[in-house]
Amino acid sequence: MAKRKTPGLNTSSMSDISFLLLAFFLMVSSINSDMGIARKLPPPLPPTQEKPPEIHQRNIFVVKINSKDRLLFDGEIGRVEDLRERAKTFLSNPDNLPNLPEKEVVDIPLLGKTEVSKGVISLRNDRGTSWDMYFQVQNELAGAINELKDEMSLAKFSKKYADLKDAQRDAIDRAIPVAISEAEPTKVGGQNNG
Amino acid sequence: MAKFAGKNEKETPALNMGSMSDIIFMLLFFFMVITTMRESSLYVKITVPKGTEVSKLEKKSLVSYINVGFPMQEMQAQYGTDARIQLNDQISDVSDIIQFVELEKAQRPEEDRPFLTMAIKSDKDVKMGLISDIKQELRTAGALKIFYNAAKDGARK
Repeated sequence: MAKRKTPGLNTSSMSDISFLLLAFFLMVSSINSDMGIARKLPPPLPPTQEKPPEIHQRNIFVVKINSKDRLLFDGEIGRVEDLRERAKTFLSNPDNLPNLPEKEVVDIPLLGKTEVSKGVISLRNDRGTSWDMYFQVQNELAGAINELKDEMSLAKFSKKYADLKDAQRDAIDRAIPVAISEAEPTKVGGQNNG
Repeated sequence: MAKFAGKNEKETPALNMGSMSDIIFMLLFFFMVITTMRESSLYVKITVPKGTEVSKLEKKSLVSYINVGFPMQEMQAQYGTDARIQLNDQISDVSDIIQFVELEKAQRPEEDRPFLTMAIKSDKDVKMGLISDIKQELRTAGALKIFYNAAKDGARK
């Protein structure tokens, strides 16, 4: 039998086919990286709820947004841009002022005895507040907390919060809790929908 | 002079296209791997707000989306122009959320259920009244981990 050479396959259309597939996946794919802010809701109240624990006046930082998206914090009208600084001062109380929140000494692993602020940010909005405004306020408050966490991790572990190990991160989370409490919205803006 | 005589007759050699398909296949696999197919088409128009403190949403398999926005042009005859909620594939009411949460929980393995995150993806012009109602329903349903969808604002720092 004569040795016959197998003819070479014509592969030039191969690239056409794969191009077609490539174009298909390019079109249907959406590189969706969902970004946002994670929060936790408080658990539902049991029906037989006794009065909520009293919180001392100095430990509350009231932030209100009305139906016209105007912002009020600390008893005066303010701008979103200033909220972060004020929230930071409130939560950290660097000079131990008597009108800013008390601190409680807690023993946290890895950090030792740490002063944890008892401050709570109380956020109240109206049913007519826009989602955008509400989100901006949440964003600034999250920013304040993130900056405090970064400062503390730099001081304790000389690293940014994002670069810490899990255990260290937990420790920082305990030292700086996300203390944002949301009240039932007021009903000036009325309608359910936009 | 024979050296230069043939110069004009020389043809450009054909490019070897053999590795072309390899390269394209590589690209193809890349896109196949990163692709997530869109599961449901949106009936509502959503422009998410922008924020500076946003972080990535972890563990996509444990996330259910609650879309809130204004119905698209072609849907307005059916659903009106007010902000509506879309759960999975249909426009729903606030009262459907508890059932939706139960359904989403049932679809996931037992051990993952406590970590189910509800992502609220809302248009920035939606009023908080509707969102508050949603949050209230989520509380009742016991889905306490929530996530506010937003876009990264690169311009601001």
